[in-house]
Amino acid sequence: MASILVFGETDDAGLTAPTLEMLGAAARLSSDLGGGVALALIGSNIADAASAAGPAGADTVYTADSDSLASYQTDSYLPVAQGIVEQDSPSVVLLSQSSMGRDLAPRLATRLGTAAIMDSLGLEVDGDRVKATRSCYGGNARQVVTVQTDPQVITVRPKSQDPLEADDSRSAEGISVDVAEPTLRARTTGKEQAEAEGIRLEDAEIVVSGGRGLGGPEAFADLESLAGVLTAAVGSSRAACDLGWYPPSQQVGLTGTVVSPTLYVAIAISGASQHMAGCGGSKNIVAINKDPDAPIFSFSRFGIVDDYKKVLPALEAAFAEALD
Amino acid sequence: MDVIVCVKQIPDPETPAAAFKVDEAAMQVLPAQGISPVISPFDAQAVEAALRIKDASGDGTVNIISLGPDSARDAIKHSLAMGADEGYHLKDDAFDGGDAWTIALALSKAIQHLGVPDVLIFGRQAADWDQGTVGSIVAELLDLPSATVLRAVELSGDSITVSRVVADGFENIELPTPCVLTISNEFGDPRYPQLRQIMQAARKQVTELTAADLGLEASEVGAAGARIQMHALFQPTSDVEVEIIEGDSPEEKAAGLVNALREAKIL
Repeated sequence: MASILVFGETDDAGLTAPTLEMLGAAARLSSDLGGGVALALIGSNIADAASAAGPAGADTVYTADSDSLASYQTDSYLPVAQGIVEQDSPSVVLLSQSSMGRDLAPRLATRLGTAAIMDSLGLEVDGDRVKATRSCYGGNARQVVTVQTDPQVITVRPKSQDPLEADDSRSAEGISVDVAEPTLRARTTGKEQAEAEGIRLEDAEIVVSGGRGLGGPEAFADLESLAGVLTAAVGSSRAACDLGWYPPSQQVGLTGTVVSPTLYVAIAISGASQHMAGCGGSKNIVAINKDPDAPIFSFSRFGIVDDYKKVLPALEAAFAEALD
Repeated sequence: MDVIVCVKQIPDPETPAAAFKVDEAAMQVLPAQGISPVISPFDAQAVEAALRIKDASGDGTVNIISLGPDSARDAIKHSLAMGADEGYHLKDDAFDGGDAWTIALALSKAIQHLGVPDVLIFGRQAADWDQGTVGSIVAELLDLPSATVLRAVELSGDSITVSRVVADGFENIELPTPCVLTISNEFGDPRYPQLRQIMQAARKQVTELTAADLGLEASEVGAAGARIQMHALFQPTSDVEVEIIEGDSPEEKAAGLVNALREAKIL
């Protein structure tokens, strides 16, 4: 019996960064809770990713490998996930606060007769419970909560936990899970890939983001130009995405992507709590806003109070010269 | 097509951060002076999605359920003013102190009480606790297919096609009815009720239902039935001190910022 079961995710490069982070968290929690750490991978052609489970901190790795599981669908993943939890009988189940975790965790928890805490930022053992700190009220407040029923299902915000140093001398015991042909009620019929131009938001060391204060979609071309100079990714506030100025895939915030770059340049962004929930983990925030009272300045290391239209060309030139 | 939308009245999420206050001892958010509670914005978008399904299908009803104290009635009235048909208010002291599980349990009983419709719609999350689980729990309790975090919903014959927002784009999903959907902010603006509709909605009866009406024991709902326990509620603090880069021209400010970033070894 493992004490903590992590539902991991894979991409072309193997285990995703949030998966490695959850395994790191699980290793730390299990040293207090007792028991081991198991990783569950559901997907197709995941053997290579599974081989990284041991070095990343798992004692056991469950693989449910089937063509029918190539991409996440509620109806195909839910019974498989339920089967793995019942086989492993963990006291804690961790999932990422990802597109999959958001959808799977509450249904899985309900099916198991328990409940899910969503989007935890911090995890700490208290007796046989895991106390989770999470953001609420659009980032204006934090709450500390526990699941009183078992297993304790918790989703983990990407970048909120540290992975372990990979240790290639470790290996995990592999357990292959039988997969029955799924009965699909809701059926994924297609996918529209967001235009993957440039650097992925969550991987970028520098993010340049724009908000409603830009005044229109045209300004994002100027942000992209600045981002080109800085080798940065371009993000957007929810307000700007909702206005259709920039694709939802680039939204930084509570309902979008969480980023924690070395440098986050917030241009014409007021700094609403729900936006800060997505970029508050940045190591340095720089704000450019004509309103000296904009909340963004209270989260920023450096600020320029001015009209972004005047500052941006000068800033791009200054960065280009400095980085030349 | 018959649709039920579950909505929640919450403190206005646009409340300026400076006016947002928490009573840490009571683990409650204090009402902000002069700022009225509102229907959770994602829920208003859920009502909009329901009204569009009804319009596209040419017949059917859009009914509203809300669980909460007296103020929940305002979220129902807002939905009625948008064009919904009937409102049901799950109101009982026994519901106090509940969590997503007990709320979803009561909602699922109310939905069965009214008859499971073709489509059940929720906001992707209530903009107060931001958990985003009630819609999925109801789907599980009623054994219905679900699709969450949607930016578009369309009726195609007897089935529903939706566009789900995922990290790297959108997924198109087809669901049979009955099904459960949760709506995300990318859906677009909900219609805003006109004065005449607000007046009409004000006169409409809202049916109140208690735990007993739904066949629920007091021990199953509210604090007694909750599976998640809160231990603390507080406001995060920022310990960053901003340095405003001054200058007589945009060029000076830009150069000053680049220098400051270099000196701090950020660049």
